[in-house]
Amino acid sequence: MNEVAGIMSIAEIRKQFPVLDQKVNGKPLIYFDNAATSQTPSSVIEALTNYYQKDNANIHRGIHTLAERATAGFEETRKALQRFLNAPEAEEIIITKGTTESINLVAQSYGRKFLKAGDEILISGMEHHSNIVPWQMVCEQTGARLKVIPVLENGELDMVAFRSLLSEKTKFVSVVYISNALGTINPVKDIIDDAHTVGAKVLIDSAQAAPHYNLDVQELGCDFMALSGHKMYGPTGVGALYGKRELLESMDPYQGGGEMIREVSFEKTTYNDIPYKFEAGTPNIADVVAWKTAIEFMETIGFDLLHDQEMLLLAKGKELLFDIDGFQPIGTAANKTSVISFLIDGIHPFDLGMWLDAKGIAVRTGHHCTQPLMDQFGIEGTVRASFAVYNTVEEIEVFAEALKSIVAKFRK
Amino acid sequence: MSSIAEKEQEIIDEFAMLEGDMEMAINYIMELGDQLPMISEEKKDDEHIVKGCQSKVWLDANLNDGLVMFTADSNTAITKGLVSLLVRTFSGESPETILKSEVSFPSKIGMNRFIGTQRSNGFAAMIKQMKLYALALSTKTESN
Repeated sequence: MNEVAGIMSIAEIRKQFPVLDQKVNGKPLIYFDNAATSQTPSSVIEALTNYYQKDNANIHRGIHTLAERATAGFEETRKALQRFLNAPEAEEIIITKGTTESINLVAQSYGRKFLKAGDEILISGMEHHSNIVPWQMVCEQTGARLKVIPVLENGELDMVAFRSLLSEKTKFVSVVYISNALGTINPVKDIIDDAHTVGAKVLIDSAQAAPHYNLDVQELGCDFMALSGHKMYGPTGVGALYGKRELLESMDPYQGGGEMIREVSFEKTTYNDIPYKFEAGTPNIADVVAWKTAIEFMETIGFDLLHDQEMLLLAKGKELLFDIDGFQPIGTAANKTSVISFLIDGIHPFDLGMWLDAKGIAVRTGHHCTQPLMDQFGIEGTVRASFAVYNTVEEIEVFAEALKSIVAKFRK
Repeated sequence: MSSIAEKEQEIIDEFAMLEGDMEMAINYIMELGDQLPMISEEKKDDEHIVKGCQSKVWLDANLNDGLVMFTADSNTAITKGLVSLLVRTFSGESPETILKSEVSFPSKIGMNRFIGTQRSNGFAAMIKQMKLYALALSTKTESN
């Protein structure tokens, strides 16, 4: 893909995604489950194939040519992530298998070492289970307490309550940048600044932000940031953790094995430097190597086009869907990404999801791994349509018509 | 009253007529839901819920002249239709017949396409629960 950013049409972008060109249940596929996993462009699939056809070898410490090529490819992704996140140093990027592992790493390696009984960890009421459970585990291990920033009726964080929860006891704040279930974009810069005034460290879960924004850890000032490859046009099973150097250096690894050591004897083992001390075992090399191509894909399209297209889709979705009989949007924050989470009166989300699939339309139904949030709204789950840059206004029109025809069947 | 095997064959034949069209199949499943003998509202409690289903399913069974009669309901229309297929298969049979039967229609009508791999566990849980009712009712017939 060598086209200049900004002159590429959506049709041209779409052509780069072979998976979109198929029929499902006899209808052209409309893929609106991007917040769960985005699709992968040909360039990324080719990078993955190319790795296995030409460069496959275990990384680091090999002296043969293929090992060198595989290592170089792996490290180039680290550098691409450094650039993508605007991290000061490439060594501050730990390669993981996803956001979940990144958060667990911080919870175990930082939390277990530095948190103690009486300390407080602050998360929000709209966290994914992967940003709840690792902290509950640390609380059990250390005696620290978990506190939750409430969510307002419209799906925004209660920032007044957040400030009242902050105290000298608050040692760690871990919040989601963009809610996967609602699409709410949280004011993370304010959260980071406020948390720092009481000396707390801050992790930002950017799994849902990375597909939409040019992230800048230096501008935000966060201590840690977690993200996943498969939500940003990259391969599955890869993720990253950014951490400030002095923090990563102060933390102990929570997984032992190859790669992460300097010297091993039965009496004593010394650990490698960052980032390697947190990368025990042979990683998912091929997918990590190919992830770089996905980052380049986003950079080539440009974040302006990504943003403009998604906002166009969101606006069209609101225009066409909100009038449907019984339509109830869940999450109506002023600042939202291209996610429409909803219910339709009298129709179970599971039935809607099945009907939409029969019409070739892929959406997600259920609690979206945010059960506490669903509990707060007093619902079991929602239907979630989430858009990516390759989606079109025409697809939204087909989606709206499909929903109307499904609702009509239930209103008979 | 036709045997379980005959009832299964009817279901397989009905689905074969839909020629693999998903929309037609879902429409048909929802119509089947309307024929489900409904469990009474007061029995839609934790005691009657089928564990292992993603949607909520309530199930009850009674003996009528030595034959088991099931009633059920679900909070989703499609699950309700699928449950009605099982109720139709097993209702009106003796507890012993239900206990020794091996249901084979789900794979023959491509059930996984309607309920997904995860939910097929729920379907298995439903069959298990129906057999447990049959077992409980069979001891009741013996003691009578």
